Amino acid sequence: MNIHEYQGKELLRQYGVAVSYGTVAFSPEEAVKAAKELSTDIVVVKAQIHAGGRGKAGGVKIAKNLDEVRTYAKELLGKVLVTHQTGPEGKEIKRLLIEEGSDIKKEYYVGLVLDRQTSRVTLMGSEEGGVDIEEVSENTPEKIFKEVIDPVIGLTGFQARRMAFNMNIPPKLVNKAAKFMLGLYTVFIEKDASIVEINPLVETGDGNILALDAKFDFDENALYRHKDIVELRDFDEEDSKEIEASKYDLSYISLDGNIGCMVNGAGLAMATMDTINYYGGTPANFLDVGGGATAEKVTEAFKIILSDKNVKGIFVNIFGGIMKCDIIAEGVIQAAKEVSLDVPLVVRLEGTNVEIGKKLLNESGLNIVAAGTMADGAKQIVELVG
Amino acid sequence: MSVYINKDTKVLVQGITGSTALFHTKQMLEYGTKIVAGVTPGKGGTEAEGVPVFNTVEDAVKATGANVSVIYVPAPFAADAILEAVEAELDMAICITEHIPVLDMVKVKRYMEGKKTRLVGPNCPGVITPDECKIGIMPGYIHKKGHVGVVSRSGTLTYEATHQLSEEGIGQSTAVGIGGDPVNGTNFIDVLKEFNEDEDTYAVVMIGEIGGTAEEEAAEWVKANMTKPVVGFIGGQTAPEGKRMGHAGAIISGGKGTAADKIKAMNEAGIEVADTPSVIGETLIKVIREKGLYDKCKTH
Repeated sequence: MNIHEYQGKELLRQYGVAVSYGTVAFSPEEAVKAAKELSTDIVVVKAQIHAGGRGKAGGVKIAKNLDEVRTYAKELLGKVLVTHQTGPEGKEIKRLLIEEGSDIKKEYYVGLVLDRQTSRVTLMGSEEGGVDIEEVSENTPEKIFKEVIDPVIGLTGFQARRMAFNMNIPPKLVNKAAKFMLGLYTVFIEKDASIVEINPLVETGDGNILALDAKFDFDENALYRHKDIVELRDFDEEDSKEIEASKYDLSYISLDGNIGCMVNGAGLAMATMDTINYYGGTPANFLDVGGGATAEKVTEAFKIILSDKNVKGIFVNIFGGIMKCDIIAEGVIQAAKEVSLDVPLVVRLEGTNVEIGKKLLNESGLNIVAAGTMADGAKQIVELVG
Repeated sequence: MSVYINKDTKVLVQGITGSTALFHTKQMLEYGTKIVAGVTPGKGGTEAEGVPVFNTVEDAVKATGANVSVIYVPAPFAADAILEAVEAELDMAICITEHIPVLDMVKVKRYMEGKKTRLVGPNCPGVITPDECKIGIMPGYIHKKGHVGVVSRSGTLTYEATHQLSEEGIGQSTAVGIGGDPVNGTNFIDVLKEFNEDEDTYAVVMIGEIGGTAEEEAAEWVKANMTKPVVGFIGGQTAPEGKRMGHAGAIISGGKGTAADKIKAMNEAGIEVADTPSVIGETLIKVIREKGLYDKCKTH
């Protein structure tokens, strides 16, 4: 789960991690009011959307006075910002961060992420901050440093200092930088983050080290123990169908095609999309109904698929293990009765309780095309959708 | 022969009184798996599906000699259940539970260093040696006894591949689902090593998916060490790049992790990769024919 920059900075502040001061604003009036409370003449007006690349796309403005704050706030609020991370449709700006301008002397990068290879949280840092860090990684990998963290003792002081020295932070600021990184690690662990990125981390003219930006991603599986983080969720930033799906614990991702898919298991769901593509079709979504689905959950999954107006046909591909085929069949039948199903439906069932499931579908009187294999099902739905 | 589990394996079910666990305990018993004990704290002294229930793993092991545990405990308590299995020095703990917080698994993995127990999973379908022992949630009937080893990151995609093999008359020695979580116990290389050493396994099917670099590492290992033919499949070849907020995940693997990278690494290691999941079985048959192993692998 992602949060906004201003929320990330508030979180960092709670942990004593240095960030530039600012307030969120939802209107030009609020923006001006927030700017008045700042101690600097230069005020930064920053679009708050869940995507990177805002600066390059024109979502960050430097205002020299309150009039400019108002002008920029009016200009940005309601505007659709297209960055390299939003996709071509962009994202509407609904919130602004009104922040004190910083006297930036140098920009760095620090981040914390789980490294799958070592199964450890890893601190990454570079003196090449404020730019696309993936490019730095690609072109000059020697400029990115890593510290692998032992979960028993956590990030140590010497590791943080070593990182700061590697990043060429001026020696007199190394302790400040180390304190920053230690605080960052504490937030990461205590809030079950999956990614924290500070890009840029800046050295200011008056000798401070602070976060000019903050990107957080949290482990969805751990949200049950972080009510405060759940409250930060901004539904405006998410696909409405994906929100609906998450209520029922369904893993759904909206795609551009016209064949709705309902599959159990992420691997099989991806493989089903691959197979539809192979036969010349395009999937409208990725949908994993998961292991412990009930008939009700399957019904909701069906409704979500059908709420996508691009859907011209549905392919249900189930290989039951923990998921029983009869449950899927009950859900499909219930859903088809509740919503008037007017697109072709191909169902392929295999696995636990498959015979009961097939019997239920056959006796339902619904117009369902039964498929023997995944390839057969994919071929049939592609033909039916045309 | 087989790897990891066989007809002598004594199984303990952690979280046995939950509804999912009860359902699958019944299925495992029907398959012939020797389930000797269950554990649910507070329900010690009772029975579930005719299996004696204990309060702790330690008690269960002392009383029954169980050597492998299967974990169906809900996600918030699953990491603790793994630790309990490790502490009781079981040979293996197979964790079916999905949605375990990843930082819990980081700690578990650290705790397990130097310990006896092998962890399979979490978020996996389990391990099956056909006709001998089924531990997990996979449907038993799709498996046939034979000589092809199966190892996979995905549950249902494993069933898909195994089903195809069985339909074609190619039985399996053991099928191991290693799970799709970023931090797991047993990786591809661990299982490939076992299959390489198992006299009864003549060829291997390896199923991966996008993300991470486990398949690339496994391919390197295969190139250097594997004496038996391996065929593969990678799920997610057409998955669009996720709407990512940060870049940190991509950096850590040096930009690796796409299906194309994985397939390339596997091909370079001599692993034939199926174009679609529907031809995993066909691809294996083609390869074992070329190697002159078809007759040895044809079991039914």
